[in-house]
Amino acid sequence: MTNTTYSYQLQPAKIRYEFFRLLPISLFVVAFGMAFGLAAVQKGLEPMQAVLMSTTVFAGASQFATLDMWGSQVAVLPLIAVVFAINSRHLLMGASLYPMLKDVAPAKRYAMLLLLTDANWAVSAQEYQNGRRNLEVIIGGGFVLWLAWIVGTLLGVYFSRLLQDPQSLGLDMVLGCFLLAMALGGNKSPRVLVAWLVAGLSSLAAYYWLPPHTHVVVGALAGGVVGYFWLEAKPQ
Amino acid sequence: MTIDASGAGILLIIAIMTLVTLLTRYGGVLAMSFVRISPRIESFINTMASSVLIAIIVPMAVQGDAGALAALVATAVVMLALRKPLPAIAAGLVAAAGVRYLL
Repeated sequence: MTNTTYSYQLQPAKIRYEFFRLLPISLFVVAFGMAFGLAAVQKGLEPMQAVLMSTTVFAGASQFATLDMWGSQVAVLPLIAVVFAINSRHLLMGASLYPMLKDVAPAKRYAMLLLLTDANWAVSAQEYQNGRRNLEVIIGGGFVLWLAWIVGTLLGVYFSRLLQDPQSLGLDMVLGCFLLAMALGGNKSPRVLVAWLVAGLSSLAAYYWLPPHTHVVVGALAGGVVGYFWLEAKPQ
Repeated sequence: MTIDASGAGILLIIAIMTLVTLLTRYGGVLAMSFVRISPRIESFINTMASSVLIAIIVPMAVQGDAGALAALVATAVVMLALRKPLPAIAAGLVAAAGVRYLL
């Protein structure tokens, strides 16, 4: 076995624990998936095509956005540009996990990245800020989120009347509230707060003045630049 | 260049979306494997990580409706008070649903 040279040992029991820890949030993901399934069949996708898309793409915001571009024909380059722009936050999310991922054998590293999405990444990144290494949540948490996204899409394409107006229940805000809770649960030193201020203002500026879907990457990189020039004080 | 949104065309569209998304899931990690992780780079990626969250949330709060803003404010207050994510998220949803019901 080559993985003796990689120091991060994935713990199966912890993977199962993280599966159940993200189960509650996954129930809300089912609701999102239903909204996607409903929107997809309304745009003319066959039910199983919508389910296939959720299974292999597994990136909700970009899936909704491509539905907006749907017609009798779909232009390829705009499709690629929109999907790439919306999902480019994954580039930064993956990079931020690299200090942990480099200690995992490449086959496992790239296999678990198939399940990388906002919610499980946010948990892992927040725990890393607090000094804990948790890649198990990428696997266990990602798996339950993926299942929820598929099940939700499946329910949405067949039983769309169950959930006509998810917004009236506030369900469109689940992910935003979850990510905010993760951010506030992490390190809040003056250095981090300045980075957040810069990130927030940059993302707003990009939102209003730069091409659509660039604001997350612009804001995150701007916040990162603060960290590049302002190093954390060494612990005493 | 366009693809017909029917039959095999839709499968091709889904395949393109899958590949592009996979590229984003792998690209950042692949790129980092060529970078020497100095303390400065480590500081950059750590600050960038929490900034991703802020960069998603702030435009959501500013351009969203009153319900969206209420949800984020309620989540922030409960999270800072209790330090538990699930009550914080629940408070956010109740706030969004309540404000949207009233307005």
